[in-house]
Amino acid sequence: MAFKRVFRGGVSTPHHKNTLKSETSVLGTPEKVIIPMVQHIGAPCTPTVKKGDTVKVGQIIGNSDAYVSSPIHSSVSGTITRVEPMLYASGKLVMSIEIQTDGKQEVYEGISPPEVNNREDFLKAIRNSGLVGLGGAGFPTHVKLNPPKDKDVDSLIINGAECEPYITSDYREMIENPTGIIEGIQLVLDYLNINNAIIGIEDNKPDAIKLLAETSKSDKRISIKSLSSRYPQGAEKMLIYATTGRTVLSGKLPADVGCIVLNVNTVSYIAQYLKTGMPLVQRRVTVDGSVVSNPQNVSVPIGTSLKDLFDFCGGFKSQPYKVLMGGPMMGIAQYSLETSVIKNTNAILAFDKKQGDLPEEWPCIRCGKCIQACPMNLLPLELNRLVMADKFEDLDRYHILDCIECGSCSYSCPSKRYLVQSIRIGKDAVKRKVNRV
Amino acid sequence: MENRLFVCSSPHLRDNVSTRRIMLDVIIALIPATIAGIIFFGMRSALVVVATVAASVLTEYIMRKGLGRGQTISDLSAAVTGLLLALNLPPSIPIWIAVVGAVIATGLIKQLFGGLGQNFMNPALGARAILTVSWARWMTEWTDPLFVDAVSTATVDAVSTATPLGVLKEGGASTFSYLDMFLGNVPGCIGETSALAILLGLAYLLFRRVISWHIPTFFVGTVALSTWILGPGGVFTGDPLYHVLSGGLLIGAVFMATDYATCPMTRKGRIIYAIGCGALTVLFRLYGSMAEGVSFAILLMNIVTPMIDRYTVPVAFGGEKHVE
Repeated sequence: MAFKRVFRGGVSTPHHKNTLKSETSVLGTPEKVIIPMVQHIGAPCTPTVKKGDTVKVGQIIGNSDAYVSSPIHSSVSGTITRVEPMLYASGKLVMSIEIQTDGKQEVYEGISPPEVNNREDFLKAIRNSGLVGLGGAGFPTHVKLNPPKDKDVDSLIINGAECEPYITSDYREMIENPTGIIEGIQLVLDYLNINNAIIGIEDNKPDAIKLLAETSKSDKRISIKSLSSRYPQGAEKMLIYATTGRTVLSGKLPADVGCIVLNVNTVSYIAQYLKTGMPLVQRRVTVDGSVVSNPQNVSVPIGTSLKDLFDFCGGFKSQPYKVLMGGPMMGIAQYSLETSVIKNTNAILAFDKKQGDLPEEWPCIRCGKCIQACPMNLLPLELNRLVMADKFEDLDRYHILDCIECGSCSYSCPSKRYLVQSIRIGKDAVKRKVNRV
Repeated sequence: MENRLFVCSSPHLRDNVSTRRIMLDVIIALIPATIAGIIFFGMRSALVVVATVAASVLTEYIMRKGLGRGQTISDLSAAVTGLLLALNLPPSIPIWIAVVGAVIATGLIKQLFGGLGQNFMNPALGARAILTVSWARWMTEWTDPLFVDAVSTATVDAVSTATPLGVLKEGGASTFSYLDMFLGNVPGCIGETSALAILLGLAYLLFRRVISWHIPTFFVGTVALSTWILGPGGVFTGDPLYHVLSGGLLIGAVFMATDYATCPMTRKGRIIYAIGCGALTVLFRLYGSMAEGVSFAILLMNIVTPMIDRYTVPVAFGGEKHVE
């Protein structure tokens, strides 16, 4: 494996993988959980319970008839105390369900391993499990696993890159549950009739590469690819390029180049669900950052508030200034510790003012570092200039919609310009215009 | 509501590079050339450097204040402009002309067009061009370096002598050795004569990743190749090494043509631009009325830069070429 195909651009961020050695600890049952009805890309769920109802672990509490959606289950047993819009990870108000726990953690009666005999059963089971992409984007997995009939999918790509600094929740899965990952891969290969799976892992995690290679030794369909540790290696298009050499064309999906991409945690959950039938109600979260007393990986019930999570990790060493859901490159800053862990939350990070503050913006000196850093080969400085001058009509010429918002441009800018931040505004404006026409 | 945490859009992590650090790196890279100038042309060179740097920084300070904008002298770019200008002036330049040049560079060419990153031509070179046409006599009066071989020149403390390119222009046979030209022991502008000092600066800039190798290589390569082909005695009779080591080519290719604000943004654009700089330099040197052509070549390519940028918009990864 001497040859490493590297995507264009990207940046060498510090890794800060402080929690690599942290075995996953388990947070028991919090006093209450808040479970939002949006935990995935697609149609929001509608609550199927009302205030005063009692629920048990694994019981459906929100669902939707839409295809691109995923049901939401209670992660605890207890009583519904509120069903109303509450503060959500994105900063908006979203319909959410608050459950006061009874501490018994009684399992819902209907929970049993699903009967799966064919592809249809398999996809149905995945939908019922409430599984969405656990790597961050939260796309419903049953939709991903069911590409349009005319797409000839020949490769399953498993994302173990984990290129964001600090986060180690994928790494811990690879170390703690390698057999689960391989079993999950085999299930997907079998039911979807695919003959080739590639697990892509950044080369700063050699033990994970070795462990998965050993575990998958007997299955010739599965191979491991060591990837260069360069951000954003875990971005879908970069990962597909690095593992297969295929280029996903602008506006197209992985299935168009014969690929399905799943995160390591996602695929291992598939194996777990088929064995137990317990819907997705618990996940591993990396808790880290300069002000956290005991950084570690924690397995928590979905809906646990950030406050409970930080308390479990020994609270704060000093006043937190900024709290992120996700990594420092693409994570979302949180207004409040009242928001809760959702299905695609892979990390919660807390920083002090020095690290968390927004740097002062200086004039662009046209050094071109952002161009070299852009994995999509765009011109971030030009897009920034056009957006700041309100010249939205020119943005298309510079392919603004191809931006994957990885933040490499802003990271590399010596003038600390808010490049990707302004590009987001531009993308929004262009999309709205496209929709209007 | 409780005390809200600070929120902003991602990324929340920044590299520790800064504009000031880049400018400081350029100043550090220029130190060898500055020292070489002082060694070869005496303490007067140091006076010119001090005068232009001080005038440039002061001009920026006054302009920003007068225009009611925030102060920017701490980004060190004004100091870089002053230093670059000094290194592109003859050692015997009257101090007041050097100061006028610094005011033109920073006040007129840089600040009036919006300050750092907004100027459409290299401030130091633009000022040098204005000085060259306004005070031609002073700008083309060259001093012999201190260590010049007394046999090779008529007068020891000559006020006026010819540069290697001047000798070539007049059709004379050169008496300058390649070694003297490499070390900088030849008449010329304060900072341009020592190839060694400039290459040291280049090595530092490459090491610090302030610039990439493309512009210097393609610029100098084009000049070397063209002067070799277009030799005085027919095709392939030229002396490329003489052309590379003489005049302002190296300082131009390393420090002036690589100016971020006035060169294209993309690698492809920068290569086109560097080849253009080289071709124009050769055109001016071989077929122009003046001996030197580097600064006008770079200035002309500065003006072409927006057009190069317009036609070298890269194709996005997985994207299709945009139809004009």
